[in-house]
Amino acid sequence: MTFMENMKESNGSTNSCGSTDHSEAKARWNPYLVGIGIGILSWIGFGVLDEPLGISTALSSASSVCALPVMGSEGVAHNAYWAKNPLKWNGGMLLLMGTFLGSLLSVLVSHTFKLEKVPTTWSGQFGGSTAKRFGAAFLGGVIIMFGARMAGGCTSGHGISGSLQLALSSWTFFLTMFASGIVTALILFRKPASPSK
Amino acid sequence: MNFPVAAETARWLALPLGIIFGVLLHRGGVANYNVIVNQFRFKDFTVLKVMFTAIIVGGIGVLMLKSSGHAQYHIKPANMLGVVLGATLFGVGMVLYGYCPGTGVAAMATGSLHALVGFVGMLVGGVLYALSFAWVEAHIQSVAALGKVRLPDITGVPDWGWFVILAAIAGVVFWLIETRFKTPGNDHQT
Repeated sequence: MTFMENMKESNGSTNSCGSTDHSEAKARWNPYLVGIGIGILSWIGFGVLDEPLGISTALSSASSVCALPVMGSEGVAHNAYWAKNPLKWNGGMLLLMGTFLGSLLSVLVSHTFKLEKVPTTWSGQFGGSTAKRFGAAFLGGVIIMFGARMAGGCTSGHGISGSLQLALSSWTFFLTMFASGIVTALILFRKPASPSK
Repeated sequence: MNFPVAAETARWLALPLGIIFGVLLHRGGVANYNVIVNQFRFKDFTVLKVMFTAIIVGGIGVLMLKSSGHAQYHIKPANMLGVVLGATLFGVGMVLYGYCPGTGVAAMATGSLHALVGFVGMLVGGVLYALSFAWVEAHIQSVAALGKVRLPDITGVPDWGWFVILAAIAGVVFWLIETRFKTPGNDHQT
């Protein structure tokens, strides 16, 4: 809604970094301090929980719920992957829930909750179509989770927790993921966006 | 008290830990589509600043915990074909979706409806992987499987040496970012 108003006002010709990001950007903390904070969280993860911070394992276990109506509980239980990673209230699942709750808390405290259908960087390149953006987000979600599981982790499990342990797998993931993302961004955003940021 | 404490007791600590993680992701600006996508376009370096700092600060602390017997490593196996293919897909997905799994979850809470749509996509991706798991294990994860290898093992450079190197790289990269690439994403300081 706010986005549409914004588009009408600016008529696609003025700056794109305007109002959509404004209040959220003001609520931001120094990124280096945030990095230090996440680093300290990982000390607690390793030292007390004996479990590195990670998101995608719990998410893929949670996906078994979606397969229940089609495969039935027997089918899910017999799947080799879910048998190895069953859905349960383990540390990973609690961390996943906490991440959502923490972000919600932060958004409410800073009064930055804002419904967003199409972000500005996207609309500058592909226009304001909600269907187009939702389609890309859905497809991206499918691909990212399949990739995360094949690689054995995501930005947190591999990118941060694995890299800080100097794991070969995690540094390979980190560098390959960045290279692939850069190439993808080059292709997706090859047209100069009309309102350039 | 012995660390790590009993798993059952410590487990619940994951909830407040996750809450702080969610707050940090939001306040760090990385629960924002524009910030993440513009990292891959070299227009905003917030993601790199947060991640690289977290790796160095986290790594030095965990190394000290490990050396003093208060923690153990959890190394993911270097199944190189699976890691490279998976990471390649991950990079494509991250730019299309505009979030990674953790920041996508955080972004849903900020009101991003497309993050929610992509979250449903991630659940579907999880189902697809579970269905293809047996095949992927047999044909991809078995290729170039080097085991739970760490960089110090294969290079002979000790752990502390790696952190000196990483800190030096971070110092140069951060200096370049702050001086040469002044972007809107760099302007907000606390």
